[in-house]
Amino acid sequence: MSTRIDARGLSCPQPVILTMSKIREMTKGRIEILVDTDTSKENVSRAAKSKGWDVQIVEPDGSGYRIVIQKD
Amino acid sequence: MGMKNVLASRWGVIGVGAVIGILAPILQKLGNPGNMGICVACFERDIAGSLGLHRADIVQYMRPEIIGFVLGSFAAALIFREFRPRAGSAPIVRFVLGVFAMIGALVFLGCPWRAMLRLAGGDLNAVLGIAGLVFGIWIGTLFLKNGYNLGRSQKTYPSVGLLMPLIAFGFLLLVFIYPQIQGEPASGVLFYSVKGPGSMHAPLLVSLGIGLVVGVLAQQSRFCTMGAIRDLTLFGQTHLLGGLVALVLAAFVTNLVLGQFNPGFTGQPVAHTLHFWNFAGMTLAGLAFALAGGCPGRQLFLSGEGDGDAAVFVIGMVAGAAFAHNFGLASSPAGIGTHGAAAVAIGIIVCLFIGFTMRTKLA
Repeated sequence: MSTRIDARGLSCPQPVILTMSKIREMTKGRIEILVDTDTSKENVSRAAKSKGWDVQIVEPDGSGYRIVIQKD
Repeated sequence: MGMKNVLASRWGVIGVGAVIGILAPILQKLGNPGNMGICVACFERDIAGSLGLHRADIVQYMRPEIIGFVLGSFAAALIFREFRPRAGSAPIVRFVLGVFAMIGALVFLGCPWRAMLRLAGGDLNAVLGIAGLVFGIWIGTLFLKNGYNLGRSQKTYPSVGLLMPLIAFGFLLLVFIYPQIQGEPASGVLFYSVKGPGSMHAPLLVSLGIGLVVGVLAQQSRFCTMGAIRDLTLFGQTHLLGGLVALVLAAFVTNLVLGQFNPGFTGQPVAHTLHFWNFAGMTLAGLAFALAGGCPGRQLFLSGEGDGDAAVFVIGMVAGAAFAHNFGLASSPAGIGTHGAAAVAIGIIVCLFIGFTMRTKLA
């Protein structure tokens, strides 16, 4: 199961809040998050790792980044 | 994962906090006011004075540190390809939050950076200010948990993101065109203080240089004092907190070495001893920073990397400083201003109004 969060244009701490609430909701699976700043990229990755999720992909996407996190 | 940003790691942000904690007391040693080696709120207030937006003649100086913060962040953003012009997330709200953030900070007499520097210099009144700051940020996190947000910004023209660095550069040109004349209250279009905190400053190029260094480091490390406290209360994260603690400890040690540590409540430089108003002023400021998503320093660094909304917050703070001194809202060592109490009450009501009414579901 894969879910997508579009956090582009949202300032700190919204991308992390959205990611954390999705992580709480799903407990495991695959989440794709779109962000538009390097700060958000770092914050979302750090938050996911702290909850035991694997940060699998971080790649440039448009003018921002696409992050894929997963937990089995 | 691309190029690894070392400064954004745990030890990176701790290192940056420590560097700021060392440089600020050195700036004080070189001439900046007591426990005010760096104060974003006070320095933006001095800039408002140097431009004549208020005419409190003891706090007028075009502080090169602030110019350096914006230009240093801009340079770092360009070098590391992080310049992202963006704007359009509730700018008027950010302006109003900037105004009241400044008013709250000037009731306490300092931004969060200076609150930490005051503590590190032995000013125990800072404990009340920091308690208020934490309380205000905590109120902000309650709004964040309930869906408060200012909406999305949009990617925009590079020139939008360039405006704040250009303004900073323009101010720097003004300093060189109209340099301070010893004993004169004005030079060309710029006002200068001949006495008081505005007359106390490190040499121009030292201030500018340190400002640029801090701008680069803070942009890359995402150092944020409000974020440090917010992330702890909101997520239980201590990443940014490491930088904040490092700043206090490094400044404390540096003050000891430089003979600038004087513990106590009374007789502290540019401070008053009204505990309630130290607390309440920073409660207002902390709430406004939390609702706007960054401490005053962080907003400057964001404005340097192209964030037009952070730039509006900065301009709001400058406007707030003008209101604070024109309307008698700012405190002084003698106590709070004539209308300082009313301004804090109004500011908290406005922030609560913003927090309660701006909620949407984003996902």
